[in-house]
Amino acid sequence: MRPPALLIVLGCLGLSVFVIPFLGLLARVPWGELPSLLSSELVTQALRLSITTSLAATALSFVIGVPLAWLMARVEFPGRWLMRGFVTLPLVLPPVVGGAALLFALGRRGIVGEPLNQATGLLLPFSTWGVVVANTFVAMPFLVITVEGALRNLDRRYEGAAATLGAGQWTVLRRVTLPMIAPSLAAGLVLTWARALGEFGATITFAGNLQGRTQTLPLAVFVALESDRDTAVALSLLMVVVSLAVLIALRERWWKAL
Amino acid sequence: MVEGTVSGELEARLDVRHGQSFLLDIELSIPPGRTVALLGPNGAGKSTAVAALAGLIPVDSGCVRLGEDVLDDPQTGVFVPPEERGMGVVFQDYLLFPHMSVVDNVAFGLRNHGLGREEARWRARGWIDRLGLDRVAEQKPGSLSGGQAQRVALARALVTEPRMLLLDEPLSALDVTTRAKLRRELAEHLTAFAGPRLMITHDPAEAFLLSDEIHIIEDGRITQVGSAEAIRLRPRTSYAADLAGSNLFVGYASDGTVDAGGHLLQTADPDFSGEVLVSIRPSAISLHRSRPEGSPRNSWEATIGAVERLGERARVAVGQPLPLTAEVTTAAADELDLAPGHRIWVSIKATEIGVELAPGPG
Repeated sequence: MRPPALLIVLGCLGLSVFVIPFLGLLARVPWGELPSLLSSELVTQALRLSITTSLAATALSFVIGVPLAWLMARVEFPGRWLMRGFVTLPLVLPPVVGGAALLFALGRRGIVGEPLNQATGLLLPFSTWGVVVANTFVAMPFLVITVEGALRNLDRRYEGAAATLGAGQWTVLRRVTLPMIAPSLAAGLVLTWARALGEFGATITFAGNLQGRTQTLPLAVFVALESDRDTAVALSLLMVVVSLAVLIALRERWWKAL
Repeated sequence: MVEGTVSGELEARLDVRHGQSFLLDIELSIPPGRTVALLGPNGAGKSTAVAALAGLIPVDSGCVRLGEDVLDDPQTGVFVPPEERGMGVVFQDYLLFPHMSVVDNVAFGLRNHGLGREEARWRARGWIDRLGLDRVAEQKPGSLSGGQAQRVALARALVTEPRMLLLDEPLSALDVTTRAKLRRELAEHLTAFAGPRLMITHDPAEAFLLSDEIHIIEDGRITQVGSAEAIRLRPRTSYAADLAGSNLFVGYASDGTVDAGGHLLQTADPDFSGEVLVSIRPSAISLHRSRPEGSPRNSWEATIGAVERLGERARVAVGQPLPLTAEVTTAAADELDLAPGHRIWVSIKATEIGVELAPGPG
């Protein structure tokens, strides 16, 4: 059966929304100067910062996000719907608003920031740790939601079988539960990392835009667009390549996990 | 298996409720070295009983005691978690860990009992080789046949030398041929296991062959307790009567003859000797007013115990010398004037008598 012509036209129009920007970007790439552009200090610093902060945010999400997902999937308590709401909120909230909220909470005069600063001298805003916190805020929901879904779908009788074989709760989690949800866990971690890598709004609001300290790749792109278009294009290309690599790595698990 | 794991008797009263609706209320007492079968239809609460004994769910009231140890008693607030109960469980569908090799599945329990990785794997290998699984030892469970998976599940449960063995439908996931073969193997392992053994099943053949005592469970309650023979001869519920109506019993075969409680049956297969499971389809039993012509090799006169009409069919219980249930059309029942107390001739063709080798005494 041949699909209606109107649908074909509209569908192709839909596809062009995704394809045309990439063509535009590729058309502007100064291929000859690419090596020197990508090795400038602005780019290497931003790249290093982006990689370390996004990985740190992913690691932090793993350490606190997996237990959160476990609690949401396994423990019955009143107000669980509220908890799920809080976890999902960063997915729909404009990141700038998230960054502002972080600033009010964790800033020098913030309700948590002030006692934290007095007790430890640590000041999160406009620091590299601030970037990690902003990234975690925006990206961790991907991990929590993916892992929670996987835990709900897991046949819990396997955990019972492990318990009858003498495994305590930690051993069950470490040797049975997590390995059995490994595909979803991996997908969640990659999604989280990709989201953290691309974070812009919350980071610039909460951590500022200090080269070498808080200026990650997306922030560097934004700055370079004002002053040095070629660098902006080179940085954008770098991020497209990274994103494509993530997509390829996830192509099997993407849909299954979500 | 290392000698010396002293097991006590299992004493349990399991009362498990779910909301307002009733789930399970049974009592069990199983001495070491004895196999009890919990036989009942699906949804009778059999798996809930396993979960409660293993500690996967707490009892709402009642208690679970194994030897001197109280494992669960809501009245005193005692609840021993599953990992400390020492119950070996073979689960329905086996539940082998899909991400671990066969060896690591079997070694899993040993590692939880403090053995190092290499020693645990070495000890697991011993069991694996004994069960003829050495060729699949490094494979993942997903690639195993049903029979292999059953053996791995059994090895995994036994390797930690549990104090009690729980088998939840251990053979129901297998095809008929494999089932008959593994039933014999399972019987040997049950005999070798010193502690109390509980087997959950919906298959009467399994219960009759592998257990010392049968508890029939229906709607979460035990409706009859007894030997296979007692249940067959005096079923108390319609479920038990259906089981009895399948004419399944244990006999002793030699030279083509089966001795069924003193009554001799001629079979078509002279190769069997020793204990056998005999099954006769109710519709394969013919009833006659007088000695049948052409004398089929099995015919005798008996008294009718009961006649039950079910639509087009009538189910007729005949008494000594060999109590059986026959099924005839209602037309035939009228013609034969079947009624309790009347005398009737029973005949069965030798080829209609199903014989299957039984394992040694469980």
